Amino acid sequence: MSLLPLVAALFVTAVLFALFVASQGYPAFDALALVGKGAFGSAFAWQNTLSRAAPIMLTALCVALPARAGLLIIGGEGALALGGLAAAMVPVVLAGWSVLLVQGLMAMAGFVVGGGWIALSGWLRYKRGVNETISSLLLAYIGAAVFNFLVEGILRDPASLNKPSTAPIGDRYAIGAIPGMDVHWGLVWGFLVCIGAWWLMRHTVFGFATGVVGGNPRAAQMVGLPVGRLMLMACFLGGGAAGLAGMLEVAAVHGDANADLMAGYGYAGILVSFAARHHPLGVIAGALLVGGIGASGSLLQRHLDLPDAATLVLQGMLFVSLLAFETLNRKGVQRV
Amino acid sequence: MTDSKYNPDRRKVIRLIGGAGAAAAVQMLPFGAGLARAAEKFTVGVIYVGSRDDFGYNQSHAQAAAYIKKLPGIEVVEEERVPETIDVEKTMEAMINEDGAQMIFATSFGYFNPYVLKMAKKYPNVRFAHCGGLWSKGMPTNIGSFFGYIDECEYLSGIAAAATSKSKKLGFVAAKPIPQVLRNINAFLLGARSVDPKATVSVIFTGDWSLPVKEAEAANSLIDQGVDVLTCHVDSPKVVIETAERRGIYSCGFHVNQASLAPKGYLTGAEWEWKTPYVILVDNAESGKPMINFLRGGLKEGFVKTSAFGPAVSPATRKISMAVKAKMLQDEFIIFKGPLKDNTGKTVIASGVALSQQNPVLESMNYLVDGVIGQI
Amino acid sequence: MSDASGGIAVGSLLLALLGGAMRVSTPFLFVSLGECITEKSGRINLGLEGTLVFGAMSGYGVAYLTGSPWLGILAAGGSGLLLGVMHGLLCSLPRVNDIAVGIAMMLFGTGLAFFLGKPLIQPVAPTLPSLILGGWSSNTQIQEALRINVLLPIGIALAFALRWAFVHTRWGLALRLVGDNAAAARALGYPVVPVRIVATAVGGFLAGIGGAFLSLYYPGSWNEGLSSGQGLMAVALVIFARWDPVRCALAALLFGAAGALGPALQSQGITSGYYLFNAAPYVLTLILMSMSWSSGRSLAGAPGELSLVNR
Repeated sequence: MSLLPLVAALFVTAVLFALFVASQGYPAFDALALVGKGAFGSAFAWQNTLSRAAPIMLTALCVALPARAGLLIIGGEGALALGGLAAAMVPVVLAGWSVLLVQGLMAMAGFVVGGGWIALSGWLRYKRGVNETISSLLLAYIGAAVFNFLVEGILRDPASLNKPSTAPIGDRYAIGAIPGMDVHWGLVWGFLVCIGAWWLMRHTVFGFATGVVGGNPRAAQMVGLPVGRLMLMACFLGGGAAGLAGMLEVAAVHGDANADLMAGYGYAGILVSFAARHHPLGVIAGALLVGGIGASGSLLQRHLDLPDAATLVLQGMLFVSLLAFETLNRKGVQRV
Repeated sequence: MTDSKYNPDRRKVIRLIGGAGAAAAVQMLPFGAGLARAAEKFTVGVIYVGSRDDFGYNQSHAQAAAYIKKLPGIEVVEEERVPETIDVEKTMEAMINEDGAQMIFATSFGYFNPYVLKMAKKYPNVRFAHCGGLWSKGMPTNIGSFFGYIDECEYLSGIAAAATSKSKKLGFVAAKPIPQVLRNINAFLLGARSVDPKATVSVIFTGDWSLPVKEAEAANSLIDQGVDVLTCHVDSPKVVIETAERRGIYSCGFHVNQASLAPKGYLTGAEWEWKTPYVILVDNAESGKPMINFLRGGLKEGFVKTSAFGPAVSPATRKISMAVKAKMLQDEFIIFKGPLKDNTGKTVIASGVALSQQNPVLESMNYLVDGVIGQI
Repeated sequence: MSDASGGIAVGSLLLALLGGAMRVSTPFLFVSLGECITEKSGRINLGLEGTLVFGAMSGYGVAYLTGSPWLGILAAGGSGLLLGVMHGLLCSLPRVNDIAVGIAMMLFGTGLAFFLGKPLIQPVAPTLPSLILGGWSSNTQIQEALRINVLLPIGIALAFALRWAFVHTRWGLALRLVGDNAAAARALGYPVVPVRIVATAVGGFLAGIGGAFLSLYYPGSWNEGLSSGQGLMAVALVIFARWDPVRCALAALLFGAAGALGPALQSQGITSGYYLFNAAPYVLTLILMSMSWSSGRSLAGAPGELSLVNR
């Protein structure tokens, strides 16, 4: 992969953002310097960036894996929420069980529920011909409604007064920080799952067959590949990754399931996956960029009094440029 | 309200609840040391969950932040639209590490648990002032939770609403059925019933803090049902107030003064006056006094205020309202007292029981009183 | 209107749904018509959510500064047009993916609107006038349900006009040909890329107007929470409506009516389970889709060049 498009995109983004900031009466060079400093300028900045990036890698896989099978899923947010909710229920039911077992079951619950939710889109596509992009979006909204209904209804912890939440999972089952760092273990989980996804897609028969389905479904059918099952599986694995992101948010950040699980990571993942051309390792880099912009947006607000929307503008400019400069890339054509 | 930096008389009337005293001695030392180092600049970080100029909740805090910014020796760093995720944790840490903040105002309820608790443990020399939370013994003593008894203003709004209403049907657009919101709805109803025992309040929950289209729909549905006074508890009341005005009915504001949006129908409103607790807490920190762990106040303490009456409020109504307000200012008025039934018929406050504002039971309210139409 | 029995007044509920359809559906209508034109050309613009938000902001700003809501509508359309041209040009570069650029443009448009719209949250801009069609009735709820904005009939008329134009005009033919088979269009001498850019620009123009409806009519003010995904949902409705403008209009009306269910039930005292009622439009759309579609027919009406459905 050539680095030219990336470098060109970063350069153009810097110029455009500087011009925009200057046109609004803010110091352009200071703004650019702060972006660099806030995202990657110090050990603290790096950890800030990494913490924000952790869930986005996983939600990006919710787009990247189905994309291998030729499906465009944009409803990762729903899988994340419901996966997180399922995970949050495990320690409530199994209070007192061993930590490793409970955490393992939490991860499994998140994965299965998130995966099942997205697999529903795959199933509707294969069985009923319903476009998976729209069904996954609808399911994301429906998932959010179900989540809120349950969290503010029967699953609500009465002690969570003004912020309706499920019962806390408790410190014992929480996922802590990586020793010597201010980043939780979820980051490592994210790395490992991305590497696992890459290995699965690159080095297994399943990965190869899924790629054939995505490349040419008719040919796949002709050579006798189980097209429907492969589509379903790709959706399940993708949704599972998003559900796992929900579990990690619950176990490492929130300590319970509440509406703030739906913080937009699912939608950020769509962009990251496209920018990474749906490559499971590429999404790690993409997630770091989004995390870095979040971290530096925070600094821009505090030091230059820029409004929060500067972060969105910068992100929009960066991804538009990244995607537009794909045109310089002679290799590799995006499939979805 | 005086314009001086801090009105010393006010300090006497501030209610202090909770075991702040015991922790005082332990707290003094680290704070004193910290302050000596940064004698000339005291940096305060303020974090908002929404946009600073939302014509509502976040704006009411931003006004207070703007006020303390002008005080000598105070530097303020602000960040808006910080979600209640790892983002707020990192923002607090960044304010401390990158800006040298010695005190942080975390203004959204959801910031408290786990984020403020976690950061307060990690940075014992930084003060965390949190809006709306319930500090309790055993929590880090460098946290202070502050809030205002805005239900007093809601009660007064209810009086103006029921007295002005022709249909005696009042409407309330609310975000979520949480204690802070329920308390406001109930106070609004009780105020209304104090002038007209037949008045009702219909409530619609939108499900989230900022959903303008849904808020407009809720307002229109209520008006279609014959409601002729609307109020709300959402992050930005602008849409509800404007919809009421456009459809020619009355409205009561919330968070900040919205009279300019409804010159004809605006009756009065419940407004925050956060600069009072901000000044108290900052002043306290600067002079090295222990953190006030639990700080509450109502009309009397200047934490909340009512909007000036609109033209539609009759002189007679003003008089009733002002008489009640005078009692509240004297601390002689109890809003929630028995016998009180909820709207399913269950007694929620027994006869003879009077819950004064400071009673923590009120902060976990989970019912709608009789006369409110709606379920939670 | 009152029903002392405590039951649900069905007539009143139906009126509320009608009112909801009249009030809420216009943005869905305009964005989906715009997207319909774009998709007919074989391009997809998922960024119309950003266009909608930007249109809402710029329309409100211009209406406030000039005092004329109609100039606001024009400005919103104009800024939507610009964003559309930008999307159209970028996606004309080889190897640039239109879906992905759309999502990035959604962020860009929204961010820009939030940034530039900060000073517009406080002021009150003049709003669009309404047409009072319910004057004959003494029932205020009927009057209210039939108080509509002129953009709604314009949009519905536009839907019929578009359906006709797609079939009966040279423009419509060129658009469909480019969208169905670029190679054939090229062979026949149609300029594929310019047609697509124009189609995306027109789509952006309509989406911008849809946004201005939000800020200038209903709910009628600018703030950052104004759109809760209406633009994104409208794009989805085009697929639901299978690229037929009239069906887009029906889908928009249905979606608006379903959205009124939650508040209408609550105003009658049914407040528990409101999250589920509020999800009614999404559930309804999903059910209708899975009932009416079958794997063989899913592509019926789909432009042959559209990347979203033809892989």
